[in-house]
Amino acid sequence: MTSISKVRYSRRSMLKTGAAAMAGATLPAPMVWGQQTKDITLRQFGTGVSNLNDVANKVKEDLGFTLEMTALDSDSVTQRAATQPGSFDIADIEYWICKKVWPTGNLQAMETARIANYDKIVGIFRNGLLTPDSTIAQGTAPHTVGFVEGPGGTEFVDEESGWMTLIPTIYNADTLGIRPDLIGRPISNWSELLNPEFAGKASILDISSIGIMDMAMVCESMGEITYADKGNMTREEIDQTIAIFTEAKQNGQFRAFWKSFDESVNLMASGEVVIQSMWSPAITAVKSRGIPCIYQPLEEGYRSWGGGIGLSSNLSGMELDAAYDYINWYLSGWVGGYLMRQGYYSAVPETSRDFMTENEWGYWFEGKEATDVITSPTGDALAQAGEVRDGGSFQERMGAVACWNAVMDENQYMVRKWNEFIAA
Amino acid sequence: MTEQTASLDAPAAARAKPRRAPSRHAAGWLLAAPLAAVLGLFLVLPILMIAIVSFWGATEFSIYPAFQFDNYAFLFGSDVTYRVFGNTLKYALITWLFTLLIGFTVAYYLAFHIRSLTWQIALFLLCTIPFWTSNIIRMISWIPFLGREGIANSALLSWGVIDAPLDWLLFSDFSVILAFVHLYTLFMVVPIFNTMMRIDTSLIEAAVDAGATGWQVLWHVIVPLTKPGIMIGTIFVVTLVMGDFITVRFMSGSQSANVGRLISNDIGLLQYPSASATAVILLITVLMVIGILLRFVDIRKEL
Repeated sequence: MTSISKVRYSRRSMLKTGAAAMAGATLPAPMVWGQQTKDITLRQFGTGVSNLNDVANKVKEDLGFTLEMTALDSDSVTQRAATQPGSFDIADIEYWICKKVWPTGNLQAMETARIANYDKIVGIFRNGLLTPDSTIAQGTAPHTVGFVEGPGGTEFVDEESGWMTLIPTIYNADTLGIRPDLIGRPISNWSELLNPEFAGKASILDISSIGIMDMAMVCESMGEITYADKGNMTREEIDQTIAIFTEAKQNGQFRAFWKSFDESVNLMASGEVVIQSMWSPAITAVKSRGIPCIYQPLEEGYRSWGGGIGLSSNLSGMELDAAYDYINWYLSGWVGGYLMRQGYYSAVPETSRDFMTENEWGYWFEGKEATDVITSPTGDALAQAGEVRDGGSFQERMGAVACWNAVMDENQYMVRKWNEFIAA
Repeated sequence: MTEQTASLDAPAAARAKPRRAPSRHAAGWLLAAPLAAVLGLFLVLPILMIAIVSFWGATEFSIYPAFQFDNYAFLFGSDVTYRVFGNTLKYALITWLFTLLIGFTVAYYLAFHIRSLTWQIALFLLCTIPFWTSNIIRMISWIPFLGREGIANSALLSWGVIDAPLDWLLFSDFSVILAFVHLYTLFMVVPIFNTMMRIDTSLIEAAVDAGATGWQVLWHVIVPLTKPGIMIGTIFVVTLVMGDFITVRFMSGSQSANVGRLISNDIGLLQYPSASATAVILLITVLMVIGILLRFVDIRKEL
């Protein structure tokens, strides 16, 4: 530890040390720490979505230090962030998990002045507005848990305070996936999930915090319930929602529930299910088997989610500097391009553009017709020339978010009700 | 478990008759110590831990030491618990019935109809081949087979037996029990086969000489003598089925619940105390079932 504390920089000492160090800290370019950098290992954990070995390899190549990745499911991620602060340096978590975990004090706020591309981060994560005239969706909108008043702050603040809880990395808008060949007619509302026409051929995900949101979208679309805030329901609203779905379950509406990504792919690809809640890469996986599958945009809008990188409060000195380097590198475009070619969005889309072809950028971000074959980062063909992305452009998709993944005040009650639903 | 080990320790200690009389007790204790230490550390201690945590309290992301009955109060106050325990017992009972019938038949055939020892061993090993792959793979391989467009349905459709695919083949109680029976029948075959092999064939000859019919021999000679094997197999099957959660989750498409799933849901949501309370009740239930079973047969005597 002594070698590290010798080169520890406070902001003040950094100003004194001069331009070289300043440039190193604020530019996304890798810093030259020599041998010491190579010895640094940062331990990152998070959901499988963005914990990719390709990213760790590229970090080693570009920045010189080692990034250890651990992929877990979202329950385990929450648990680890809340209960084992010593086990990680970087937490790659979702914003609703941040709301749960931040009060434990296991994460430290990040200074936006040290984030080179901070000004280019999409408005959703800063003031909540995609465009100046956007309305803010229900649920745990990222900007509401994105800032604290200062270093060591425990309360979230509404304005851009200069101290960020999570640096946004990846986000998307989720909706229902359908098998157009087996349905044979247009689908345009969430309520279709409970349409008796699809009895025995529908599915919903068995992850209570997300499943309840999809349920709420359906109930609202059916006109049965109007929620004040789908992301923070009252007990009555939870009871009503679960009651509607329990009745549907007992009438045999659902073929199965799924909990893991692969299950959702198999249910859809085998034709067991023709309409279900789904995640974007699962659609891609079904399509890459040559089976038609659409990520259907719906009138009521999307259920959206966002993830970001948080720093452990144990980080300091050179490790902390390395972590800032990593964040700046993360936002500098290579990762963004990689993720956007899977159908996700990057927090700083414009830097990602340099790492995508004009065709890819047009297809994934602008919602234009593909001019050539679109392939995934692993090389599978996802779309042919002339096809457009389901839901259209970034503005159309992220502009139609109805609610964000959230954690409710009545979470424990909701979970109990959810267990009753599964056992019903 | 503990009762059995105690009984195993006693003869072991007795057998180790030392030459010098004064150290007789010391040697006995020493011989029993390793097993006692292993069981104490890896069986008794964890169970005690679970029992203790079951009285703790939990917030959304942490647990805190306390002595409260909230977890048990909620568990016994919710009708979900009774339904789920009922469901678990139902699975155990039906699975037991089928594994017993199949297991007994297979063991009977191996023990009494195959004459050469070589063939008996060969066929017995054949039974174990599926066990060379993992439990989960054997279970999941049923899914494409039973699915709506799976092999079973397409075969039935092409034979003209049915007009529309049968939905209840997969993601139903049927598929859950099918998977259980498939997974656990061997646990019935092995102990029953083992006890049958030890039956003195002269007893059967005597019964036949005395004029007993085939069924009478089976019912009055073989079944009573096979009881310990049946009981051991039963304990295996019942405990495995009651403690399972992954089979129920996959084969019912998450649509049915058993106690194991209740516990795994709680763990997923960081509710360790409530998971522990459910585990304690499950443990007590299983011990009670085994206790009842042991009243029918004295395994210790028969072994």
